[in-house]
Amino acid sequence: MNEHSITATEEQEKWLADAQNVVKQQSFYMRKALDSSNLREALKYSAQMLVELRTSKLSPQKYYELYMQTFDELRHLEAFFQEESKRGRSNADLYELVQHAGNILPRLYLLITVGSVYIRSKEAPAKDILKDLVEMSRGVQHPIRGLFLRSYLSQISKDKLPDTGSDYEGEGGTIHDAVEFVLQNFTEMNKLWVRMQHQGSAKDKADREKREKERSELRDLVGKNLLVLSQLEGVDLELYKSTVLPRVLEQVVNCKDEIAQGYLMDCIIQVFPDEYHLQTLETLLAACPQLQPKVDIKSTMAGLMERLANYAAANSQVLSVFAEVEAFEKLSTAVATVVEAQVDMPLVSAVSLHVALLNFVLRCHADRLDYVDSVLGSCVKMLAGQGKIREAKSVKAIVALLSEPLAQYGDVVTVLQLGHYGQLMATLEFETNKVMAVLVIQSILKNGTRIGDCARVEALFQLLQELIRDGEDAPPVDQLDQEDFAEEQNLVARLLHVLVNDDPEEQFKILSAARKQFGLGGPRRLVFTLPPLVVESLKLVRRLQARGEVEEGGVTPKKVFQFLHQTVEALANVPAPELAFRLYLLCAEAASDCDLEPIAYEFFTQAFILYEEDIADSKAQVTALQLMTGTLQRTVVFGTENRDTLTHKATGYSAKLLKKPDQCRAVYNCSHLFWQDQEKGTRDGERVLLCLKRALRIANAAQQQANATRGSGGPVTLFVEILNKYLYHFDKGNQQVTTTVLQGLLELISTEVNSESAVQDPATEAFYASTLKHISFQKQKGGEAGDRYEAIKVQ
Amino acid sequence: MVLVLALGDLHIPHRAPDLPPKFKQMLVPGKIQHILSPGNLCIKEVQDYLKGLCSDVHIVKGEYDEVQNYPEHKVLTIGGFKLGICHGHQVVPWGDVESLAMLQRQLDVDILITGHTHQFKAYKHQGRLMINPGSATGAYSSITYDVNPSFVLMDIDGQRVVVYVYELVNGEVKVDKIDFRKPPPQANES
Repeated sequence: MNEHSITATEEQEKWLADAQNVVKQQSFYMRKALDSSNLREALKYSAQMLVELRTSKLSPQKYYELYMQTFDELRHLEAFFQEESKRGRSNADLYELVQHAGNILPRLYLLITVGSVYIRSKEAPAKDILKDLVEMSRGVQHPIRGLFLRSYLSQISKDKLPDTGSDYEGEGGTIHDAVEFVLQNFTEMNKLWVRMQHQGSAKDKADREKREKERSELRDLVGKNLLVLSQLEGVDLELYKSTVLPRVLEQVVNCKDEIAQGYLMDCIIQVFPDEYHLQTLETLLAACPQLQPKVDIKSTMAGLMERLANYAAANSQVLSVFAEVEAFEKLSTAVATVVEAQVDMPLVSAVSLHVALLNFVLRCHADRLDYVDSVLGSCVKMLAGQGKIREAKSVKAIVALLSEPLAQYGDVVTVLQLGHYGQLMATLEFETNKVMAVLVIQSILKNGTRIGDCARVEALFQLLQELIRDGEDAPPVDQLDQEDFAEEQNLVARLLHVLVNDDPEEQFKILSAARKQFGLGGPRRLVFTLPPLVVESLKLVRRLQARGEVEEGGVTPKKVFQFLHQTVEALANVPAPELAFRLYLLCAEAASDCDLEPIAYEFFTQAFILYEEDIADSKAQVTALQLMTGTLQRTVVFGTENRDTLTHKATGYSAKLLKKPDQCRAVYNCSHLFWQDQEKGTRDGERVLLCLKRALRIANAAQQQANATRGSGGPVTLFVEILNKYLYHFDKGNQQVTTTVLQGLLELISTEVNSESAVQDPATEAFYASTLKHISFQKQKGGEAGDRYEAIKVQ
Repeated sequence: MVLVLALGDLHIPHRAPDLPPKFKQMLVPGKIQHILSPGNLCIKEVQDYLKGLCSDVHIVKGEYDEVQNYPEHKVLTIGGFKLGICHGHQVVPWGDVESLAMLQRQLDVDILITGHTHQFKAYKHQGRLMINPGSATGAYSSITYDVNPSFVLMDIDGQRVVVYVYELVNGEVKVDKIDFRKPPPQANES
């Protein structure tokens, strides 16, 4: 195969070299004859030179090289004709004379060469000579030969057309003649070019591919005519609209050749001004659905839309023209028509057409949300009945359709106004749909968007449904990647904080809507989605607290607390006892702040039940009790009875922790439950002391346990901690904590620290030293407190 | 001269969507040598974010942290200072100066960093420094109403530290500064 192709290349080289040699030789004689002004000889040799162009062996590329060589040689001849004409020879004579050449191809090349001089002399009207030449050229029907011959005609004549304002206008004809000439040459060339396709076997794939490659090498010869047309001064919008475009399109449509159609449509769009396209959109677009099914019309139309968008971007004043000519409506109709007409068009192309149309809208009419929505709607309509789209490229195009508006508006609120957005998103299968949903949330968060309208929030949840609940298309939750799942759910949690409205009524509606949606998500999602809901509800309570009086039926803290109760309960049922426990306490404190004793008591009760029934891990219990004691210590809403129940329980739990040191610390923390600094706070010195004494007993027990098991003194640090707590309450002015008690404790610790069995612990020693330093600081303070501290003797 | 960032109680995503953008712009990688966080970041993503700012990150456990292996408290030395970090929910009454002072004596640290109350505080107490960097996201708190986002940057130079507090008030970043010099040991003894 390789060897064969090398041979073929070599063969081509050889044929070209042979032909070029002949051309060289004959042109040498031709020039010699020209030098001696022997016209007859010159014509003879030039005809012999041109005969080489009759070859059928050369590929288009090689033929082109040969053509260029003869083209250069013909310039000498043309110059000579020019001279002859100056010397008085009539051009009409010359024109007659060259027709004696025996062979048609050399004859026509010579005729065109003379024609060029003839037109320039203005001895006859340009239009007549051009018409004659273009018609005579019909004599060559071999595609490659014909194409190059006509290309020669086009090349030679392009500066001699009776264009408006040109030298040849007037007697030489009008712009209409010029246009007519170019159009005719274009039409004939295109026919020749198309005919190439039908030479040789249509079935042999290699043969066909070779032919198509050759054709594509020649396409610019045909396209050049359109460029010439576009460069004519006289082709104004009127003429373009009435003659040029319809005639060109007529040829394009009628040739029924996919290669020609695709190329020429692109050519039209590229060479003529955007302004013309805008004014002739209907005609141009009407041709699109009539093209062959295999034409890549999507790229062509996308190219047109992109050009128009660029045009609008560069000249903002033309936007009014876009509206005037209803550019969007026409493009939109064309897209729909093309998709409908080309039944075999791949889905990805059809969606990509919509992407192109959307980009056009976003660049030219960004303010027209109705246009954007109509593009999405048209795509939805097209995809109807296809089920979930899974083909990768189409999916990518749909994602582009959904992402572009997000990127453009940077504002999901705007996107939520697009009625078809959700429907289009629903065509995506689970994974992609989720990716899109994530993109929506990220866009909201990145842009700091706030969504405060319940209807919008509902629309948003609609878009995010693959994240919020198990869709029909979704695999079971436990089969999902857990890390990804957590990341997505955390995004939903973050999102909740930007769904805010200053109006408490609307805010409560939003939270209720969110609760309803999250409820559909199942226990695996609730642990992520409910905590932010609880926090936002508590924030709402704060606002209601500040608001005061409410109208009948309006939202009240009580209503929100009911909502909170039910929400935290759902979390407890997941089960997520530790999280629910914390949130119950948070609610309890908020209820206390609102002076709602029964509600606060209920929340504490629920927290205590969770502690008793569902928090079993000893470390978790330690933390839970710290939180319970901390919260209860801050709560002042309770009357004696409720308060006693709760503090009694808390102290009881504390003393029942597994490890003695944990017990000891939890119990001394409880001492604070009986001494609140706040207004209305309890101050029960006796019970404070009871707690401290109990902590001390536990510390002793801890030490005995350590002695028994390790044979050494236990952790003295507990005693120092308790000493600090005694000092704390002493400082607060609790009469029960007397100097005597403190003195006793100090002695105890001093003995412990110095006892032989005590473990040397630098940390405890430093702690003890710091505590003593603290006492001396307090003494230095002076005043009443300082005096009390004075009574404490430190060794 | 060492820059130490202290920030905590972000509560992402339970109570806030993210750090304020203005803070994010200020916190760029490569400028800070240590990060000390009194916890309640909540999710690991936030820890990863902090590690992206600086490789030396110390976090202690808040009651909402999903990462289970943070310690209850941590002590470390930077420059001439011994620093302690603890979230603070363990210290009852919450945010109470005297109770925190007991913890400071127990850890025997020059600077104690705690959180939990979401209220920025920095004060000298018995010759030591106590700092609460507040909530970096301005998260809801049952203890503090109307929380402004805040964090603390400490510039430690030997025995001296300059504490800068960054607080976001009505969308503007306000900076405050506290100067603290470690008292010489003998002054403490007298």
